[in-house]
Amino acid sequence: MDDTLFEFLHSEVVNYVVDSNISNKDKEEDLSNLEYIGFSVGYKIIERLTREMPRFKDELDTMKFICTDFWSAIYKRQIDNLRTNHHGVYVLQDNEFKFLTRMSKGKQYLELAPRYVAFTCGVIRGTLANLGINCLVTAEVQTMPGCKFHIQVHRT
Amino acid sequence: MARSSSRFDTKKVNSELVTLTYGSLVAQMVKDVENPDDVNKQLDRLGYNMGIRLVEDFLAKTGSGRCLDLKDTADKIQTAFRMYLGVQPNVANWSPAGDEFSFIIDSNPLTDLVELPEDLKGLRYCNIICGAIRGALEMVQLDIQSWIVQDQLKGDANTEIRVKFIRKLEDAIPAGEE
Repeated sequence: MDDTLFEFLHSEVVNYVVDSNISNKDKEEDLSNLEYIGFSVGYKIIERLTREMPRFKDELDTMKFICTDFWSAIYKRQIDNLRTNHHGVYVLQDNEFKFLTRMSKGKQYLELAPRYVAFTCGVIRGTLANLGINCLVTAEVQTMPGCKFHIQVHRT
Repeated sequence: MARSSSRFDTKKVNSELVTLTYGSLVAQMVKDVENPDDVNKQLDRLGYNMGIRLVEDFLAKTGSGRCLDLKDTADKIQTAFRMYLGVQPNVANWSPAGDEFSFIIDSNPLTDLVELPEDLKGLRYCNIICGAIRGALEMVQLDIQSWIVQDQLKGDANTEIRVKFIRKLEDAIPAGEE
């Protein structure tokens, strides 16, 4: 299957969610449905991908897996940089995030960037949730097509 | 670091990704919209939007020219099915007038892992494909209708998508000219 299809489908998912909450115009855009769609995709796909794999050693090992194998399976490249404070905060940096590469190389359309990263935040959160890590995932875009995903693990 | 895509079959992952994303989208729509008929319309519209973009990608990648006749069109759509969905549908059931035909798909990747609950029998899950065909053909100046005749999700043996030729679209007259 050609991955163009996934890109086009993703942008239609974005359009659908943006169109469906057009009523609250003056407030900040609500992308929670988009994040939730991503969450269910991540939750389901990771279950199928890791079915035959041994258990991960620890949280860091899981994150490394997300940055390498998982990211290249889905976005055809690895995360460029992984940083952590060893207290449950991880920052994943992708310098050429797939959904942004065709939009701009710089600040143009920057205000629309949140729409194109929300799905992926959900995917990461869903993936980790199914691997037993509860967390909050946010994204930060300063210059397209680069994107940083911040993962904050909830500890109990 | 591990070499990229060392552990997974990327083709398969991509196909599952599309299947699951589409599934989650439909689930969200069913939640948002009460009436399955409205979901069908939304899916068709979404497919239409994808179709008008996909056709450009298709023409750029295959370098194919204009269709000579509807038979040729059917063959090209068949190629597109193989490129984008990884399935090879059969073209069959031509109408005597030669203006209608069907694509028969025996395993539809979009419906992998999908079961329709009883109360959603009115949902045409694969309507996005009909929309995509319509959108793509409109960009090459063919006005068609497309609908689902048989659906594996409703117990049929195959998925059958019917395409009916309506008319050729003429080049639009530039604004301001007669």
